[in-house]
Amino acid sequence: MLKIKELSKEFIMHIQGGVRITSFSGVSLEVGGGSLLAVTGPSGIGKSSLLKCVYGTYRPTSGSVLYESGSGGTIDLAAADDWELLALRRAEIGYVSQFFHVLPRVSATEILTEPLIARGVPADEAGETARALLRRVGLDRALWEMYPATFSGGEKQRLNILRAVVTRPRLLLLDEPTASLDRGYKGRVIDLLLEIKSSGAAMLGVFHDRDALSALADSRYDMEAGRLLPAGGGATR
Amino acid sequence: MNNITGNPAFALELNELTVRYGPGCPSCGESPESLDRNRCPVCGSVWAVRGVSLRAREGETLGIVGESGSGKSTLMRALHLDEAPTSGAYFLDGGEENLFGVSPRRRRYIRDSLLGMVYQNPYLGLRMFFSSGANVAEKLIAAGSRNVRGMTERAEYLFRYMEIPFSRVKEPPRNFSGGMQQRVQIAKAVANNPPVLLLDEVTTGLDLSVQARVLDLIKRVQREFGVTMIVVSHDLAVVRLLADRTAVMRDGVIIEQGLTDRILEDPRHVYTQTLVNSML
Repeated sequence: MLKIKELSKEFIMHIQGGVRITSFSGVSLEVGGGSLLAVTGPSGIGKSSLLKCVYGTYRPTSGSVLYESGSGGTIDLAAADDWELLALRRAEIGYVSQFFHVLPRVSATEILTEPLIARGVPADEAGETARALLRRVGLDRALWEMYPATFSGGEKQRLNILRAVVTRPRLLLLDEPTASLDRGYKGRVIDLLLEIKSSGAAMLGVFHDRDALSALADSRYDMEAGRLLPAGGGATR
Repeated sequence: MNNITGNPAFALELNELTVRYGPGCPSCGESPESLDRNRCPVCGSVWAVRGVSLRAREGETLGIVGESGSGKSTLMRALHLDEAPTSGAYFLDGGEENLFGVSPRRRRYIRDSLLGMVYQNPYLGLRMFFSSGANVAEKLIAAGSRNVRGMTERAEYLFRYMEIPFSRVKEPPRNFSGGMQQRVQIAKAVANNPPVLLLDEVTTGLDLSVQARVLDLIKRVQREFGVTMIVVSHDLAVVRLLADRTAVMRDGVIIEQGLTDRILEDPRHVYTQTLVNSML
């Protein structure tokens, strides 16, 4: 469903003397529907940048990101225009960022219902879906109508994951989705992600902890080695 | 190639807009690189906006950022047909009529029915000594409303929506706080359900908590009115909150435009990098 070919990203820092920084180069990999490919390698090797190049937050310097969309054939995300990327983000591609950017003054429930309502789901049905998900990851009911600005790291992270999966994306990008969760909640999140995977979604993820990696990954691409390695082991060092 | 973006027509399309103040001369007309920022050193003409092209799809919010003097407000006045451009073409809703070339009567119709404008300075958007209700009614009448009862109901709905106590409908906006004046301006701007809403630095100069309320209101209008918005701000945080796509302006020229998260996280132009790195 996702085929990355010879992808590279370089930054030119004009305000620091035009220094060129190569984030990563020559990455080629494939992710099929219903499977999760874990991206591994030491910190700073460009794992998060790779995910951002797929999502469109970074424009890749060279290479292609071929995505078989559900509605419009195969699209090269590296060359797609802004409107194609916006439409795909709304309808098909979810991204769990490493750091949760809290929208001010929007409650936890609203964060989940808004993307559904934007896609035409009736408000009461969107509310039910949101509450079912909040319950499922064990977010305290007292927080459901609160603004997440004051949530703990783990509470924010669970909400961040739900925000990305609430629309049931076909392609899900996960940047350390379980990093600040304790054991019990981690299990619930892993269960949820497994269910989404088994429903056919393709997933590309970066994992800090071995539990999540071994429970979720079907294959592993090591950015240091520049190739696929056995799925076991290799959590971010 | 594909159909993922839905309606292929642009809700708003601006091609190669140029606004020049002054006569122009062969020096600046033929070689814009001879300008000193946006001013011609030979004839003294100011090229406030130079060759600006913008596109927005229905329901999209396009942010425009840049420092004062970059040409943002001139651009907005041109989009509201308040400014006769030197050259350029402007289309709404996939139409073929260049709005810069229409008759004054048609121009008034477009301004009253298809566009809404909210200014940084409420004195530009409101009649300060008329009642707030009359300000909204004026816009409704301009678009052809004659039914008093219908207009009263519409005004009541808008005031409630903008969280302005209806009991204050008879008071002139000059009695109101800055935040409330902006909410009356927004009520007036959306009174006729225009497909395009233009917002020029609408939260600049407001206290932070008041700014937050106005921004929340704009987000609601964005969500519930399905309107296409052009949001001008010097504040990247405002644009990050509101805009799907962002254009960066400097010296009358757009130097970079793209997805808002890409402009903020992967800026390519030296000026955009400076701007992003100046964020608190």
